[in-house]
Amino acid sequence: MNDPGHRHHDLGGRPAGRCEPDDHQYEAWEKRVDALVQLLNGRAKVITTDEMRRNIEELGPTAYDEYGYYERWMHGVTQTLLQRGLIEIDELGRKMAEIEARERHG
Amino acid sequence: MVESAAAEAIAPLFAIGDRVRVRKQHPPGHVRTPHYCRGHVGVVLRLCGAFPNPEELAYKRNGLPAQPLYRVRFASRELWTDYIGGANDVVEIEIYQHWLEPAA
Amino acid sequence: MNKAEDSEGSAGYYRRMQSAVEELLVLRGILTPEGIEEQVAAMDSRTYKSGAKVVARAWVDAAYKARLLDDPRTAVAELGFSVGPMHLIVIENTPTVHNVVVCTLCSCYPRMLLGVPPHWYKSREYRSRVVREPRAVLAEFGCELPTGIDIRVHDSTADMRYMVLPLRPAGTAGLGEAALAELVTRDCLVGVGLAACPTSSG
Repeated sequence: MNDPGHRHHDLGGRPAGRCEPDDHQYEAWEKRVDALVQLLNGRAKVITTDEMRRNIEELGPTAYDEYGYYERWMHGVTQTLLQRGLIEIDELGRKMAEIEARERHG
Repeated sequence: MVESAAAEAIAPLFAIGDRVRVRKQHPPGHVRTPHYCRGHVGVVLRLCGAFPNPEELAYKRNGLPAQPLYRVRFASRELWTDYIGGANDVVEIEIYQHWLEPAA
Repeated sequence: MNKAEDSEGSAGYYRRMQSAVEELLVLRGILTPEGIEEQVAAMDSRTYKSGAKVVARAWVDAAYKARLLDDPRTAVAELGFSVGPMHLIVIENTPTVHNVVVCTLCSCYPRMLLGVPPHWYKSREYRSRVVREPRAVLAEFGCELPTGIDIRVHDSTADMRYMVLPLRPAGTAGLGEAALAELVTRDCLVGVGLAACPTSSG
């Protein structure tokens, strides 16, 4: 059972399976998430790593476990941008729908 | 991460070699003190400097005054009762001063 | 759930979010497409090979090794590697001490020197177990340590980033720096492996 005092992302010492020494190759969009985060956290200091991490940690156990690493990062950076008012929900929704439409028809 | 000016930093309480206990607290929110070391006693190896508190930075506050940050060494056998390994095996963690209290 | 557009699963959703956020930030003048591409290229150009070169230099030059342990940022800059604001710490393996690095809370890694961390470093399995059963985890990476060696696990919880300086393998006295660098794997810079012996490399 989840102990709320032991946050889900705080993994040190928990039981877990074998380590699989794989060498996952990152997709282009994942590299762009990485770049986005580095640029926003970097000299620009548009957001802080701390806010992004907090948002990732608040995903909840199921999402944290099921989503891939860069999916969690994208969630974290987007939530931070929304919280800071640097993007708005409606424009984000419209833009995502526009991109989905482009992909379908393009 | 920017180290703040001396005037904005809390004075260090601990020195190299001091035995310290990690507070057994479990707040929600963004915390960088791992659960597995809370309540345990370690030894200060190094003062790493003073930094704005990430727990507060995570909520877009400035995290000042800066907290001293220590590298603390824990005996693995002390951290885990079922530890399989040598008596000298250790885990070293960076911990902020406000999580530490003196230990005997 | 599981409509046609979700055939990629969550990856498709977040990939579209990445495109959307990027476009919105470019429109706002916060980012440029060129800036993003430059950053992707910069990260692609950072690999563990830079750490291997640093290690090889430390193996052949005792004075360099001393500088590396004392002030890693300045020492790696001598070899042309800039780590920016990263607080790099180099931890030395000895015949009696073996170091291994983890970030149990997320995935902190000396990226500015070594590039992006390997997938396993960010996995639940590694982050959970290496602080608690390092020997067993190392064995899963094919690294069997002698019983007399002390293990130090470094959990990167703050701004410091750790790279292991592995032991120089036996039988390498005649090798030059370039050949020595070839023996240094990414695994041994994190501490889940040992530098290769010349007979087993290549």
